[in-house]
Amino acid sequence: MTNPSEDISHLKKLPLHAQHERFGAHFGAFGDWYVPLYYTSVIEEHETVRNGVGVFDISHMGEFFVRGKDARRVVNDWMTNDLEKLSPGRALYSPVCRENGGIVDDVVVMMEETDQYMIVVNAANIEKDFAWFDSHRKGEVVLENASDGMALLAVQGPQSRPVIQALFGIDLSPISYYHFVKFDSQFGEILLSETGYTGEEGFEIFCSVSKVLPLFQRLMEAGKPFGLKPIGFGARDTLRLESRFLLYGHDMTDETNPLEAGLGWTIGWTKENFIGKQALEAARKEGFKRRLIGFELEDRGIAREGCPVFVEGQPVGKVTSGTHSPTLKCGIGLAYVAIEHAKIGQAIDIEIRGKYTKARIVKTPFYKRANSSLSKGVS
Amino acid sequence: MNFPAELRYTKSHEWVRRSGDKLIVGITDYAQHEISDVVFIELPHVGQQVEQGKGISIVESVKAAFDIYAPVSGTVKAINTTLESDPAIVNQDPYGKGWFFELTSSKPSEFESLLTRDQYESMIRQSAAG
Repeated sequence: MTNPSEDISHLKKLPLHAQHERFGAHFGAFGDWYVPLYYTSVIEEHETVRNGVGVFDISHMGEFFVRGKDARRVVNDWMTNDLEKLSPGRALYSPVCRENGGIVDDVVVMMEETDQYMIVVNAANIEKDFAWFDSHRKGEVVLENASDGMALLAVQGPQSRPVIQALFGIDLSPISYYHFVKFDSQFGEILLSETGYTGEEGFEIFCSVSKVLPLFQRLMEAGKPFGLKPIGFGARDTLRLESRFLLYGHDMTDETNPLEAGLGWTIGWTKENFIGKQALEAARKEGFKRRLIGFELEDRGIAREGCPVFVEGQPVGKVTSGTHSPTLKCGIGLAYVAIEHAKIGQAIDIEIRGKYTKARIVKTPFYKRANSSLSKGVS
Repeated sequence: MNFPAELRYTKSHEWVRRSGDKLIVGITDYAQHEISDVVFIELPHVGQQVEQGKGISIVESVKAAFDIYAPVSGTVKAINTTLESDPAIVNQDPYGKGWFFELTSSKPSEFESLLTRDQYESMIRQSAAG
């Protein structure tokens, strides 16, 4: 076995790094970060989140605050999705587009007040997004990058609600999917949202980096009766992929638009304007050349990012994400495929290490929890 | 971690057990920990000629694909087809039911120069310290 020894000296560590070591984490690189990939096993951790409850340290994520008289108008201009759907205490998933429709990032906007928003951005895009927002800022608006001072824990799984209840001792009944509350606690100011990236019921806890250690320790204690375990980035990827949550930099980039990515539901067509609207309207009218599809392998194997896709020997696209699905017990993934072949049931071949592997385009998500209300968020 | 004394080892984390004129090959406990969650294994063909240090098998885990190398030059005499239906057995029993393939060696000196348990163990300790 080759054991690629990676240079980790330039990578950033999470504020709870020592805790992850204590739990026996195997670490690896994720963008600029040195993160726990798994503690015991990706598949075990995946199943813990599907059937019980797990906690992810995702403090690498970025948080921006936008405040001021013109905040609503400006944020609505940045987002393809429509802030009309928001009221104080609600969250919204949205791509951020360039004028040409290319995706700058996909973010979650939380509305605190009409003139006050928090935007949660991907770690790899913190600097890019800040520069983008800053250069598209008009009127009375203050933009703050609070990423370095904020930690984020995601508690996910069917048992997450009682764990959160035991941790904070607050009434969670007003919180539902894509809603949040902000309150003071012994761990300082907490923003608690019912959001996540796993396809299970779950919560995300935003707090100050200075308070995250005692918060984490108390959380593990409160979660003990419910079997709460720390979960690594390996299972985060298998969980999000089964639920067809896209990963920026892979399933969407500056070179793909939300329509191709299957994110049409996040476009506020009726909005007077937003950055990229003209380009997206043109793409919608003229049609687009490729589409992000989900596939299941019929042969054994794993089709990973970059594997070419063929239909009857002709190259038609490329895999953007691929893994082994612990739930379906087969290879699954996402690929951009020429629009004429992007049909459910289409047989495709995926080239893995020089060999064709049989696969089929299938309906997504690959996995949906029973009684799920959370397919599309606040759409 | 467990490294049986009667086996020989490679720097690339394969183990080799001599059994008569055959050499049985698998991956070490260290390797299965690092690879984690084995979900698919591509084995060589029976009769295939192999050269020491060349990749002849692939292990796919949820995490990544890993090459497995021929510890000595020779001919593949048998493969463990159980791994095709139950790849996770490599994680559960790397030195027993999780063996990969059986070789006959064409250069006996190659086996003699493989790492002993003590050499392999100290290599693992050093890489963990580094």
